[in-house]
Amino acid sequence: MSIILCRRRLLGTGALGAGGLILSGCDKLNANPAFRSALIEAGSWHEGAQRALGSGALAREYSEADMSPNFRVNGNTNPEDASYKSHAATDFAGWTLSVDGLVKRPLALPMTAIKAMQQRKQITRHDCVEGWSAIGQWQGPQLGQILSMAGLLPSARYAVFHCADRFGSSPYYESIDLVDAFHPQTILAWEMNGQPLSIGHGAPLRLRVERQLGYKQAKYVMRIELRDSLAGLFGGKGGYWEDAHDYQWYAGI
Amino acid sequence: MPETETALPKTASAEAAPPAPPATTPQSGDLVRRHRLSTRLWHWANALALFIMLMSGMMIFNAHAHLYWGEFGANPDRNWLTLGTGQLNAFPGWATIPSNYSLADARIWHLAFAWILLIGAPLYLLWSLVNGHLWRDLLFRRGELRPSHIWHDIKEHARLRFPTGAEALKYNVLQKGAYLGVLLVLLPLIILTGLAMSPGADATTHVSALFGGRQSARSVHFIVAAGFALFIVVHLVMVVLAGPFNEVRSMVTGWYRLPLDKGAK
Repeated sequence: MSIILCRRRLLGTGALGAGGLILSGCDKLNANPAFRSALIEAGSWHEGAQRALGSGALAREYSEADMSPNFRVNGNTNPEDASYKSHAATDFAGWTLSVDGLVKRPLALPMTAIKAMQQRKQITRHDCVEGWSAIGQWQGPQLGQILSMAGLLPSARYAVFHCADRFGSSPYYESIDLVDAFHPQTILAWEMNGQPLSIGHGAPLRLRVERQLGYKQAKYVMRIELRDSLAGLFGGKGGYWEDAHDYQWYAGI
Repeated sequence: MPETETALPKTASAEAAPPAPPATTPQSGDLVRRHRLSTRLWHWANALALFIMLMSGMMIFNAHAHLYWGEFGANPDRNWLTLGTGQLNAFPGWATIPSNYSLADARIWHLAFAWILLIGAPLYLLWSLVNGHLWRDLLFRRGELRPSHIWHDIKEHARLRFPTGAEALKYNVLQKGAYLGVLLVLLPLIILTGLAMSPGADATTHVSALFGGRQSARSVHFIVAAGFALFIVVHLVMVVLAGPFNEVRSMVTGWYRLPLDKGAK
């Protein structure tokens, strides 16, 4: 009996010790570059699985009755940039979207041209990485239409969105691959819930890439750059949050 | 919790054989084979994965500590649960991975270790159907679900009277309920609600509709995670009460010593 009691005490002490080791050990592993990149690698298999199982799937679209009564704003809600502010003062009448990089015909599209293109209107769910969701209606031309106008060079692999907002000294940017760029629900929205996009929601143009999380929905889009690689651009990970905090570049999960 | 799988030593002529002769019935104090390799591997993989999923999951929850029912739900909307305050995180650093606030790092852990549950649970369920573990050891037998029988088992548990001898090789009705609950309810729900929250997986499967929307799925994910936490606590308490050395050994090596009758020797 005393042997059993000893064993019990030993196991109890062991469990407590193991608990402490787990906690400090996890933080050490979290900071260990090899372990961390192994975790990131395993996480990226979700991208492969989702691409293999449903690269053409459509995100669910909702009816007007399903919409959030109050769609909250998030991230940067009022860019400080002087040039942006002067555009805002004139309701973005002089805003142009540049499309350049690996394209046959670089474009400079004024807002009137973007609004005159064939439009797609969709009521979709915006899923923030933090966990909340809001449902709103978005309207704008399909990104694929704009990219086709510019004509992609065969080496183009990614569409990079350069934005007018910044965190500290880092400009906001995001990128998607061509599967998402030519997905029918990927649009450049200038209208939300039947109104021109508000500044808080990304006026005058924001990306909607519906099968990914909120941080991919770049606001204040000034320029779309077609690239063959994300390396060499800012932190090289394809987006502001990806560079700054190791958010997943593929934000379908 | 005492667990069972392969109880009696196999006899050569199984079909016509009468009940195993007393000589081959394991006795109190015998060391017997108990958990097969697949069970032991899966158990420890899950033990690791569940702790990491719970701890990184609590950190992810800290990023938005409100829960809602329905498709949408954000700060302006009516929530049914809020934990923590503006100043204080819902879950403290000693319980989370990492221990300092980082949604990004918690997601790196959570999405990597999710594979263990995502692959392990269906494989184990399938293997348990093939090798008979599910219907032989886990599914309820006739009469076991009688209220009087369940009540009897609850009383025995409350008095800390556990089966001894060969009887200890069979799951009792409460154990079966707990293990079936994990295998057939908690694990499938945690996987499906996890997929429902992934905008990419949800576009392909529309699985969030099963739960009445993404925010409902997120709420169910949280409740099921709490169910896992409760299971782990009860499971560990029962292991300690039933004899931790013998129980842990059986889940590591597969060998289990049949408990002695109370008062014997």
